[in-house]
Amino acid sequence: MLYLLVLIPIAGALASMLGVKPRQSALLASLAMLALSAFLIAGFAAPAPEKFRYLASFDVVAAIDLKMLVGLDGLGAMMVLLTSIVTVCAIQLSPQPKHSEGAYFGSLMLISAGCQGAFISLDLFFLYAFHELALIPTFLLIGIWGHGDRIQAAWKITIYLALGSFVLLLGLLGLYVSLPAGTRTFDLTKLYALQQGAGGALIPVGEQGWIFLTLLIGFGILISLFPFHTWAPTGYAAAPTPAAMLHAGVLKKFGLFGLLRIAYPLLPQGAQAYGNLLLWLLAGNILYVGLVTIAQRRLDQMLGYSSVMHMGYIFLGLASLNVIGQSGAALLLFAHGLSVAALLGVMGDLRERLGTTQMEDLGGLARVMPNLCLFFGLALFASIGLPGFANFAAEVLVFFGAFGATPVNVNGLLNFSPIQWAVIVALWGVVISAVYMLRAFRNIFFGPLRDAHRQQVDLAPAHRWPFALLAAGLLVVGFYPKALLELIKPGVQPVATTKVAQN
Amino acid sequence: MNPIYLEAAVVVLGLVLLMAEAFAPKVEKKTFAWLAVAGLLLVLAATFFVDTAGLGKAAWQRFYAVDAAAMFFKRFALLTTVLVLIMSVEYVPVLQRYISGTPQGGGVAEFFCLPIFTCAGLMWMASAIDLTMVFVSLELVTISFYILVTFTRRRGDSLEAGVKYLILGALSTGFLVYGITWTYGLTGQTALAKIGPALAALKDQDTAIFFAFLLIMVALGFKIAAVPFQLWVPDVYQGAPTPITAFLSVGSKAAGFIVMLRILDVFLSVPALVGRIGQVLVLCAAATLIYGNLAALPQTNFKRLLAYSSIAHAGYLLITVASVLPQAGGSAPVLPAGETIAFYLAGYLLMTLLSFTVMVVVANYAPGDDIAHFNGLHQRSPFLAAALLIAMASLAGVPFTVGFFGKFYVFAGAVAARSWLLAAIGVVSVGAGFYYYFKVIRAMYFQPPAPGQETPVLLAQPTKLVIGALAALILLLGVFPQPALDLYSKGGRPAPVAQTR
Repeated sequence: MLYLLVLIPIAGALASMLGVKPRQSALLASLAMLALSAFLIAGFAAPAPEKFRYLASFDVVAAIDLKMLVGLDGLGAMMVLLTSIVTVCAIQLSPQPKHSEGAYFGSLMLISAGCQGAFISLDLFFLYAFHELALIPTFLLIGIWGHGDRIQAAWKITIYLALGSFVLLLGLLGLYVSLPAGTRTFDLTKLYALQQGAGGALIPVGEQGWIFLTLLIGFGILISLFPFHTWAPTGYAAAPTPAAMLHAGVLKKFGLFGLLRIAYPLLPQGAQAYGNLLLWLLAGNILYVGLVTIAQRRLDQMLGYSSVMHMGYIFLGLASLNVIGQSGAALLLFAHGLSVAALLGVMGDLRERLGTTQMEDLGGLARVMPNLCLFFGLALFASIGLPGFANFAAEVLVFFGAFGATPVNVNGLLNFSPIQWAVIVALWGVVISAVYMLRAFRNIFFGPLRDAHRQQVDLAPAHRWPFALLAAGLLVVGFYPKALLELIKPGVQPVATTKVAQN
Repeated sequence: MNPIYLEAAVVVLGLVLLMAEAFAPKVEKKTFAWLAVAGLLLVLAATFFVDTAGLGKAAWQRFYAVDAAAMFFKRFALLTTVLVLIMSVEYVPVLQRYISGTPQGGGVAEFFCLPIFTCAGLMWMASAIDLTMVFVSLELVTISFYILVTFTRRRGDSLEAGVKYLILGALSTGFLVYGITWTYGLTGQTALAKIGPALAALKDQDTAIFFAFLLIMVALGFKIAAVPFQLWVPDVYQGAPTPITAFLSVGSKAAGFIVMLRILDVFLSVPALVGRIGQVLVLCAAATLIYGNLAALPQTNFKRLLAYSSIAHAGYLLITVASVLPQAGGSAPVLPAGETIAFYLAGYLLMTLLSFTVMVVVANYAPGDDIAHFNGLHQRSPFLAAALLIAMASLAGVPFTVGFFGKFYVFAGAVAARSWLLAAIGVVSVGAGFYYYFKVIRAMYFQPPAPGQETPVLLAQPTKLVIGALAALILLLGVFPQPALDLYSKGGRPAPVAQTR
């Protein structure tokens, strides 16, 4: 049944490409996908002994134990739900492409299919391969229907992602060949079981370091980890709105999901060895990219950089190496996905109707577009991390987890461990994001209204419900994060258990 | 059935068609192409009924192997030739423009008959386990290519390509013969199975053996387009008639690799040489990857682009060859080298022939073979654009295409052998590859058609079928590679090729 999660969007993509009412078939497929993911999540209400549910597999190359194994745990289920929600909203909010409508919606659905496939795969190979399904659609979407310097941006994003993914491939292959003879497999469930049996040292400790580093760089390029982030802002700014929503909201989360699924559980010693390097890099994400974000004058660029910056918090949660921090990171995947999708949706709507995202050229739009202003405000406050939104719950967990990762030294005032310093730096990041977000809000929606914009009308009714859906998701999880936390707990558990085992 | 009849049948087919053409001038020339296709397909079907197990110890088995590798590459040669012939039918308009042909269409039929002889040569190469056999079959291939490359003789480019191919081909033959002579002088043997033990028994002759090895590798380096023996590739690929370019890049390369693996296996039986041979292979692979990929970046001509891409793919294959000798700390290979190479070449066949077929079809609308010819192809023929998109994605190595699986195995081999240098260069090459292959996608989808070239591209039914089948196979084998792997590993007796190491 889980295969349907990939087959539905692919069917939608094929229907669109063959020209069967492209927009409607894409929307229909994504709604079906949303319904299916809701149904799958509902199944988690009943407790079950096994960690992964809905397992299904067929052999691809039996000789190297490569099979298309799919299954869901809570973490995967959450990502599947995120993908479905963002896809529905992206399709519904999409402006009408000027030509080749079929290829446009087909490409979007292929990106979505790739994300779903990656999140349900329990096989190293297909987890990797599904992510790459987005590569060509992205190239086409940006190159054909993009904005600004679209061809340049299409090249940049494609080559970065291709390079990153082949670095990643080297890491995954390194992991595979370093397995003890006779146990080589791509099957994650088997690997987890082996890892538990080996007390966290399934991969020889001497090998873990370089494999972890390769995976970190490979995934890091896909996540836009500093200093491999420069493709992201230009790419998001140039991409058509729905493509940017899918990329920033969902696809980028794949890298973090992969670290959480593969690198941390299977390479605990490697993760410890390179923990401090990661702290430096994530500080770069938060501080350096944060300051760059403040300097942006265009809303699309600003949102692109801000999404890069927020990846720093998620990395901080991962670096904590404990359940609290990593649950926070996982929750932040979801929260950030929804909030950045909503922000980019508003940006796209403005760009489509006003023809500019230059913040000096805008102002006072709250008077003519109250609904749009409301949704932008909600997404923006969520993004800063205001209590009541999902992002707040997640960031608090990340900060607590990370600060508690090492014993707190009560004797000296400034006797912090590296990760505690990173938390302090990250807290300033919250201030930075408040500065640029609130300034953008003021510049665009308040102050004097430009004469040219007096005739503008509010958000079209058909575009209201996607925003409402995104905002509702943020608020529900914000007020009751326990629901999702319970769901994802087993997914981050292996990391914690391996840590215990080595103590 | 006895396998030696396969080549015999192919040669007879070629002779009969040539004769028939001479005595039946009224017959439509394309008929000969379709007859050749039908005949070769029959032989291809016959390969599945070859009785490899029940063969005794006939004398010809001293120079003719019937192992799985041989059978795989025989089928490979047959399929390639069939596809090249179908492509040639589409190429007829260009052909007629550039050959004199006093009667209408004169000289066209030979263009369909000569590849059959090349095919026989390639099939013999697949089975050659004796140095004289290697030499003779290689020459059959090369000499028929001399004619085919210059076939469009009223075009300067084609003649230039022919001369370059002739001179460098003759040079490489010289190297091969010299290498064979040295080997024979050292061991008194020409059969590969006997050379190995004889070499291992020699004392203090390492340098001489190494010299012989290098000479033979130089000759094979020409065939597979490895650096530094690649200079002829771009010019010849660009000048030759497009179907022949495709034939060269697929058939010639595949046959070169099978011979290389067989000969490598022999020389690796000298323990003192293993280290040096490893260094040569790593150097050659690294240089080929770097040169092929970097030089491909600025190309604007599609055939030249594919020529450099052919060099680049030789580089990836050489990674696998070099990974046969693991570095310190290496672990067991993921897949035997022979199987990796066979699978990679199978994928390469599909995607390269697909690209060239699309090129031939499009070039019928506007003479020339620049990437700019594909401008706006998406609007002129969405089907062709999608097919070429799939071919380019596969050449670049996007997952869910056969090209990715090939690269996956290559990199798996390199990582298992701990060839860090080659793995790192490989990753950078892939990045470069994405750029130059996607240039074609950019032309097709981002650019508008050239003025006056907005007409839809029409396709003959058989061509459409072939293009569709190739594209579908690329995707299918990208998800289910097992059938292609089985074809190699279960195609007959276990192949001795470089599998023991």
